[in-house]
Amino acid sequence: MDLKSIFNSVLEGDAEAVRTGVNQMLESGASAESILHEALIPAMDEVGKRFEEGDFFVPEMLIAARAMQSGLGLLKPHLAEGDVQSSGKVVIGTVKGDLHDIGKNLVAMMLEGAGFEVVDLGTDVDPTKFIEEVRNGAQIIGMSALLTTTMNNMKAVIEAIEDIGMREQVKIMIGGAPVTGEYAKSIGADGFASDASSAVRLAKELMG
Amino acid sequence: METKLSYKDNQVIISPDQPFKIIGERINPTRRKKLASSMAAGDFSLVQEDARLQVAAGAHILDVNAGVPGADEPALMRGAMQAVIEVAEVPLCFDSANPDALKAALEHYPGKALINSTTAEEEMMGRILPLAKEYGAAVIGVITDDAGIPATPEDRLATAKKLIDRAADYGVPKEDIIIDALALTVGADHNASRVTLASIALIRRELGVNINLGASNVSFGLPDREYINTAYLALAIANGLTTAITDPTKQEISLTIMACDLLMGQDEYAMRWIRAYRKRNQA
Repeated sequence: MDLKSIFNSVLEGDAEAVRTGVNQMLESGASAESILHEALIPAMDEVGKRFEEGDFFVPEMLIAARAMQSGLGLLKPHLAEGDVQSSGKVVIGTVKGDLHDIGKNLVAMMLEGAGFEVVDLGTDVDPTKFIEEVRNGAQIIGMSALLTTTMNNMKAVIEAIEDIGMREQVKIMIGGAPVTGEYAKSIGADGFASDASSAVRLAKELMG
Repeated sequence: METKLSYKDNQVIISPDQPFKIIGERINPTRRKKLASSMAAGDFSLVQEDARLQVAAGAHILDVNAGVPGADEPALMRGAMQAVIEVAEVPLCFDSANPDALKAALEHYPGKALINSTTAEEEMMGRILPLAKEYGAAVIGVITDDAGIPATPEDRLATAKKLIDRAADYGVPKEDIIIDALALTVGADHNASRVTLASIALIRRELGVNINLGASNVSFGLPDREYINTAYLALAIANGLTTAITDPTKQEISLTIMACDLLMGQDEYAMRWIRAYRKRNQA
């Protein structure tokens, strides 16, 4: 097993092969950091790229992310000892009244794949839940809405954050089918992304 | 059970004993930049074009969604409604969670409309069902509740039953509730459509109500979506689906539905099928 074959197994969504590869490499003395940064993360970058270009479809992205996470699970105990820096802490969720979760899940997985610490609040998330996570140190809020009828609940979250005087401490990014860059601006969000890869790029930008 | 909708004298009946009813989905600014910006500017010419195209393609009912980001939804909903009825004489389905937007359209609508939609959440039902009662509209009931999406057909049946019972409390009769059986995306969970199909059959058998799907959602994120969408519609119709929110201007959709009508015994001597064939081949 080598880094390249772990990379390929992530692309194929073969979680078992990823686990086997990771275990073998750890046993043969490879560092967890190198497996993470030279196989798992580049593989998810490639997945995101293929998805953006229309070569990869949603289920392929989902199983690739699952394979990546199952490899990451094996690395985590080793990484804790090292000094791997988190890219940042993101709280993510689909807003109140909306149960669509596919896009939001893809974004969460891709962010994790890019080294972010992600708190996923799920769907139908009350504004107070987002606030709680900002108090717990989340640096970015990611909100999703798939319906014209629920997207205005994003605005409600931003207003709630402003009301408690914490707007300056957190960056806010939004996405979902009815959402546009103009809408993001109009409700005072810091950015908008149209798919999971651009969401990762945006999150990196927002972290400066 | 018959759900009757109308626009002036034109009545449309949704029922298992009738040909399948298509609710045209195109009047919706989601992911349609041009439509969104023209609607926001008070220009409803694209809305009218979508109305005409869909009716010509076989839509029996038109969904109207006026949720343009940042715009005055009640004003747009009323404007879109008025623009549509200038060019199409079919019942309308008002698509909003905003009671003010629904009210703005319902109070001027000449007929019995459909509201899209309420869930089985108490708060939502409390907002939507009184409007249905006041204006005599029918309602699409989406069977999710405070706990989210029920996982099994039995749970979905229980949620549908709860929704219908609560509607009765608000004075909205069972025949005016069309249950939405939740077209979840098969690309995220390959068992999603199996659960939905079983739910349709179970709800139809136990409650006898009309059933709807927002059918195109099933194929999200997959290639060659049209094959999945048409197979899904056919399977759902066989299990008891009586109406769907979909795009009849896509020929594979309208032809599949017409073929399903024929195969379900709703096209005597296949005359509709044959007439439609001749019409296509004349053009």
